[in-house]
Amino acid sequence: MDKQEVKKKDVAKAYEKYSKQFTPKPTYFSNCLKAFIVGGLVCTVAYYVSNFLVGKGLPEKDAIIYVTIGIVALAQLLTGFGVFDSIARFAGAGVIVPISGFANSMVAPAIEFKKEGPVLGVGAKLFSIAGPVLVCGITSATIVGVIYWIIGLF
Amino acid sequence: MDYVYTFLIGGAICVIGQILMDTTKLTTPRILVIFVVAGVVLQAVGLYEPLINLAHQGASVPLPGFGYTLAKGAMEGAKEGFLGAITGAVKDSAAGIAVAIAFGYIVSLIFTPKSPLK
Amino acid sequence: MAEKKLGKQTVNFAQGPYVIGSAAVGGEKEGEGPLKSWFDLILDDDTFSEKTWEKAESKILKETMLLALQKSGKDKKDIDLVLSGDLLNQIMSSSFMARDLHLPFLGLYGACSTMTESLLLGSMLTDGGFAHNIIVGASSHFCTAERQFRMPVEHGNQRPPSAQWTATAAGSMLVSDQMVDLSKIGSVDDKQKIVNPRNIQVDCGTIGKVIDAGVKDANQMGSAMAPAAVDTILNHLEDTGRTIDYYDLVLTGDLGYIGKDIATDLLIDAGLDANAVKERYDDCGTMLYYREEQDVHGGGSGCGCSASVFCGNIINRMRKGELNKVLLVSTGAMLSTLSPFQGESIPGIAHGVVLETC
Repeated sequence: MDKQEVKKKDVAKAYEKYSKQFTPKPTYFSNCLKAFIVGGLVCTVAYYVSNFLVGKGLPEKDAIIYVTIGIVALAQLLTGFGVFDSIARFAGAGVIVPISGFANSMVAPAIEFKKEGPVLGVGAKLFSIAGPVLVCGITSATIVGVIYWIIGLF
Repeated sequence: MDYVYTFLIGGAICVIGQILMDTTKLTTPRILVIFVVAGVVLQAVGLYEPLINLAHQGASVPLPGFGYTLAKGAMEGAKEGFLGAITGAVKDSAAGIAVAIAFGYIVSLIFTPKSPLK
Repeated sequence: MAEKKLGKQTVNFAQGPYVIGSAAVGGEKEGEGPLKSWFDLILDDDTFSEKTWEKAESKILKETMLLALQKSGKDKKDIDLVLSGDLLNQIMSSSFMARDLHLPFLGLYGACSTMTESLLLGSMLTDGGFAHNIIVGASSHFCTAERQFRMPVEHGNQRPPSAQWTATAAGSMLVSDQMVDLSKIGSVDDKQKIVNPRNIQVDCGTIGKVIDAGVKDANQMGSAMAPAAVDTILNHLEDTGRTIDYYDLVLTGDLGYIGKDIATDLLIDAGLDANAVKERYDDCGTMLYYREEQDVHGGGSGCGCSASVFCGNIINRMRKGELNKVLLVSTGAMLSTLSPFQGESIPGIAHGVVLETC
């Protein structure tokens, strides 16, 4: 039985290698360049707006939060209009890795499950991709907090 | 000069994401999780704060920045006691999460998905 | 009387069954592709004026079947059985279509291989005398399949070059134990202006085995299914004692560009004549779209891909007499929505059917 499993794995590996030669590679360089430029621009614009708000007399901490909220709302709106997927097809990680990607990943599945109802459709699907992100993020941060608290005791 | 750093660091974090997307079989949700948790861990060992000071939004807008905010809140809360340690994580990012959920829900209820043709 | 079973996997029909009607319906994107003139109906809108994508797919399948019925000149009361399938959980599109059609119905699931699966079973049932007229068909819809198997439509992600595009399309054939005089039915040659339509009979068929080459990447459907297609083709040739140049065309279902290259290579590797393979082997997934202009990456996929190409393009070209002996091999990837998360690889299947003009 074990031997068979091993053999199966060998076949799979050999076939994967074989099929790879027929598969075109993604255009790594141009993809990375696009992601770099778009991602950099998103951050730079965010920084500019944040500075602008600080200039208007807002505390820096609040300005950062407003900018984050702004990006989230804008990305969700663009998803609603059906343009975010086109932008992401071009820019790739340039818009997926910034917080805009997280915002998109909430609306995108939810919007499709409208016909399944506002509670178990939209309400539940809002978290089908974003849920794991929140769960893992908050869990790990809480663990960090508790560890720091324990360290602080001594 | 700050703007240059913001652009360079922000772009560089996105390039890491692009490389993960293109060269590994990781799906987008997994990549998002990896980035957030990476932000938490880096902040926990004190490596992300300097990046924020250098690149501002270049480090806080990408998803590791979200992890950073979570971890930073928890670490600051820990100084106030046990309850602070567990409420701190969500406290600082509460605004972002609330808007993402509430606005996202409203948007999802208003718009309908489009068949991706052109 | 001729043997009904050849070799290990092949069923043989002495005379008939006949394909007396066929129809293909395509979505918006398919209607802009190279095969647009072969569709009987092209949707202006992929929702087909329905509220949900699932309802739209169901309606597409129903309309396709009714068109095939109409073109055969038969009446609904002549139909004994409907055989169809699709990609959705609990074959929703087909079952809900059958609810409206109100005819005896057997639902099938063979993933994207459903078109030849239904055609093969339909032929066997008519040949066995269990039914006189059977409607067979299959459908798929980009939006229903995508949200079930992959990522939400509006989700911002980049499709790798190997990812395939699920066709919004359906195809249907009417299989009968009686030949009909097609020239008397007028409606057959409406669109294609076929002067002297040939009759088409199902000659034989090969039931495929599930083959798993261990591919785990859901964006590599073509390479996951190619070994199954090659296995079925080779077994078919062995069972029937034919060589590949017996056929004018050997057509696989939805391997796409990558899968087609792999299948070609594997067939030649298995000792088939390289030129003969290259001349007559093609894949529906590479025919349905313009590769660059329509940005489909790996090519088309889905039940509707092979179904619409077989029932539109191939059947009409056979009616015209351009093709006489065709081996159709629909290919299916038998993964579920759960299996990739459990670390399972993607099993492939392929069923072959031989159509001949007579």
